[in-house]
Amino acid sequence: MNKQSFDQLNETLYYEQLENGLDVYILPKAGFNKTFATFTTKYGSIDNNFIPLGEKEALKVPDGIAHFLEHKLFEDEEGDVFQLFSKQGASANAFTSFTRTAYLFSSTSKVEKNLKTLIDFVQKPYFTEESVEKEKGIIGQEIKMYDDNPDWRGYFGLISNLYEYHPVKLDIAGTIESINEVTKDLLYTCYETFYHPNNMLLFIVGNVKPEEIMTLVKENQANKDFPQPEKIERFFEAEPPEVFKASEELKMNVKTGKCLVGFKDRSPDRQGEELLRHELSINVLLEMMFGQSSKNYEALYEEGLIDDTFSFDYSGELGFGFSVIGGDTSKPDELSDRIKSMVEEFVKGDLDQGTVESIRKKKIGFFLKSLNSPEYIANQFTRYQFNEMNLFDVIPVLESLTIDDLTDAMGEHFKTDTQFTKCLVKPKGDR
Amino acid sequence: MESVNVNQFTEGPVRVHVIQSKTYKTNTLVLHMRAPLTKEDHTKRALLPLVLQSGSKDFPTRQKIRQTLDGLYGASLTGDVNKKGENHLVSFKLEVANERYLKDDTPLLEEAFKMMTSVVANPLLDGDGFKESILKSEKRNLKQRIESVYDDKIRYANMRLNEEMCQDEAYGLFVYGDAEELDGISRESLYEYYQKVVQEDDLDLFVVGDVDVDQVKTLVKNHLTLPARSNDSKRVQEKKQEQKKMVEENEVVEEQELKQGKLHLGYRTNITYQDDDYFALQLFNGLFGGFSHSKLFINVREKASLAYYAASRVESHKGLLMVMSGIETSNYEKALTIIREQMEAMKNGDFEEEQLEQTKAVLKNQLLETMDAPRGLVELMYHNELGSKKRELDDWIPNIEKVTKEDVVRVAEKIELDTIYFLKGTEGDSNE
Repeated sequence: MNKQSFDQLNETLYYEQLENGLDVYILPKAGFNKTFATFTTKYGSIDNNFIPLGEKEALKVPDGIAHFLEHKLFEDEEGDVFQLFSKQGASANAFTSFTRTAYLFSSTSKVEKNLKTLIDFVQKPYFTEESVEKEKGIIGQEIKMYDDNPDWRGYFGLISNLYEYHPVKLDIAGTIESINEVTKDLLYTCYETFYHPNNMLLFIVGNVKPEEIMTLVKENQANKDFPQPEKIERFFEAEPPEVFKASEELKMNVKTGKCLVGFKDRSPDRQGEELLRHELSINVLLEMMFGQSSKNYEALYEEGLIDDTFSFDYSGELGFGFSVIGGDTSKPDELSDRIKSMVEEFVKGDLDQGTVESIRKKKIGFFLKSLNSPEYIANQFTRYQFNEMNLFDVIPVLESLTIDDLTDAMGEHFKTDTQFTKCLVKPKGDR
Repeated sequence: MESVNVNQFTEGPVRVHVIQSKTYKTNTLVLHMRAPLTKEDHTKRALLPLVLQSGSKDFPTRQKIRQTLDGLYGASLTGDVNKKGENHLVSFKLEVANERYLKDDTPLLEEAFKMMTSVVANPLLDGDGFKESILKSEKRNLKQRIESVYDDKIRYANMRLNEEMCQDEAYGLFVYGDAEELDGISRESLYEYYQKVVQEDDLDLFVVGDVDVDQVKTLVKNHLTLPARSNDSKRVQEKKQEQKKMVEENEVVEEQELKQGKLHLGYRTNITYQDDDYFALQLFNGLFGGFSHSKLFINVREKASLAYYAASRVESHKGLLMVMSGIETSNYEKALTIIREQMEAMKNGDFEEEQLEQTKAVLKNQLLETMDAPRGLVELMYHNELGSKKRELDDWIPNIEKVTKEDVVRVAEKIELDTIYFLKGTEGDSNE
């Protein structure tokens, strides 16, 4: 077992890759009641075109199938896995993102038993035609719930403007039509391909003894047979570097409008420290431009264009990368114009060293706060690892970001002529 | 669990609770200011924290406050209002990194403390009121916040259910106030209200983290300087929650252009935190709708495939139980029947000992997890400040253990359905 210490943070991380390829990470946390574990596959909503395990031809699967699979794994021959976890005093859950599907539990007792339950249910699929049909009703209501949610609609509206082909633009849960095409056999095909231990990562954080946990996981895995891992071939259509559409307007049953603007990375091929540096640079720049302490925020607030829902975010993985800025507003058109011209103004000027230092501190403090949260650590660590980065490098990289790093990222990312788009949500009945 | 060391003392008008723990990499401050929820004051009260955190004498603009917080390693400060039963809380929360994890020796706790107390105790004034420009901005901000509830249909349905169910009770008032009352609030009248708040509200300050009790004492004494109270003024006596006497089932249906209908039900539990049956009520809720092993989840979602979510939750201080579910509009009768059947089953004791034990295990787990978070600890401890009933953190789990099936059935029998609220969607079914 490998051991890595982060002295300033007072954390020690234990790691081992098992023979079947599974990556296991353990972060002991004294003082916490709770142990939290995530079992994650590098498989999300964007992986809809691939060569199934043991085959030669590429297969295109229905939108939303990764999420559908997440729902169905909770059922096994004996019934519902939620029941088993709650009998063991744990609460379990799962989520599907663009690039990952994660299964998780938290518990304050019977950690070993719950950990076995987690690994075993994820590694034992059980789908029947009948239960697949039944799930369509439930997921159908999940889709409709999001259809009525203006924040969600605005967000996916924006991504659909940014991307012409990349499946990141598709709703993670799919559509009522696409989930209707999901079958038991398709679920097994996706499962066999993406749930091989070699494509998965197990993270355990909490009041645990690392040696005991590692032994448990090893013994559990040694008792199971898996085929030889193959490199998974995924296919994506070539995506132009520029945005697909410059703007979009949605009319919804709302009282307050929304304005979201986005910037698209031209070459989203970074991984490892290069991606970490890029991502942190964009985050620092967004904070400098639009953080609550910026003069832009103050101006927009005083002009009555934004309220405290105003926020920004950057998402970047292999194959896509974009930032989103916006929030509720009674004047969506005006706000999008103002944001655009503020970005143009900012990019023309020099970066103020004092502001950079202040934002750097803010980001470091935010990271420390996040380390109070086992959920944050497990989820983010996994995301970072799948992109060949290390979560615990965040502080050193933040500390080493230079004005040149920021200037490079700024010049490439915040281009309003070709990389900018907006999606506005307006109340029905407005012009 | 790691034992938490709690120190309580009174400094001027403030009751201070210091919770020492080495578990966290941050220190957390929570100030709760409590007064009864009233029609007369609720909009002013919602506006107050927004105005206060927009500028103080020492930090005269929002931007100045935010820049100072950034410099304190991204300390976060929020001011907000909340309902706890028929109490209307103004709460300020500040979380700041513990400097021992940083290559820096700025006394972060002290600086953060000064910032929060300045916002609360030393407001920015212009003559005999707040600043007009700030008032104007924050009225607009609050108005938009009130209006945007309409856009989030789950919150909207909750708000409407509360309104309908508690029309003649203070609890029916919306926590952010009434947008129509905003125009009538002037910078002078709001400042007058502020003075009343600092002179009359019950004040509780919680400090959680690896901190020194004497240091906290000194910080409170030097910085949280609020008007002294006369010796005979006591903490606001526990106010008996208003309760409707005869509960008659009420059905409210509203229509909107939506794909999904929202079915929300409001029950009277006739049990609050002050009652011995409080823990039996928690178990009732766990069996009925609180978790993914509960009757609502199993029967509405898993068996009938009618919904993605179907859950219930308890309001601890008013004595309410709320059920919520998102369904196809055409399934209204079907879903309502299943929910009613689950309530009947609970009243008939139609659940196994094993399920009771399962629910205890999950509740205990949830409680211990809540205690892992600084704000969770504060939340649990603050229940004790709302009435005469005092429960130590260590008492919660034994109390959960003690509950029997008979207790749960007795609780179930007390629960009465008050209002069914259905937000009908007119765009559903079309694409099935």
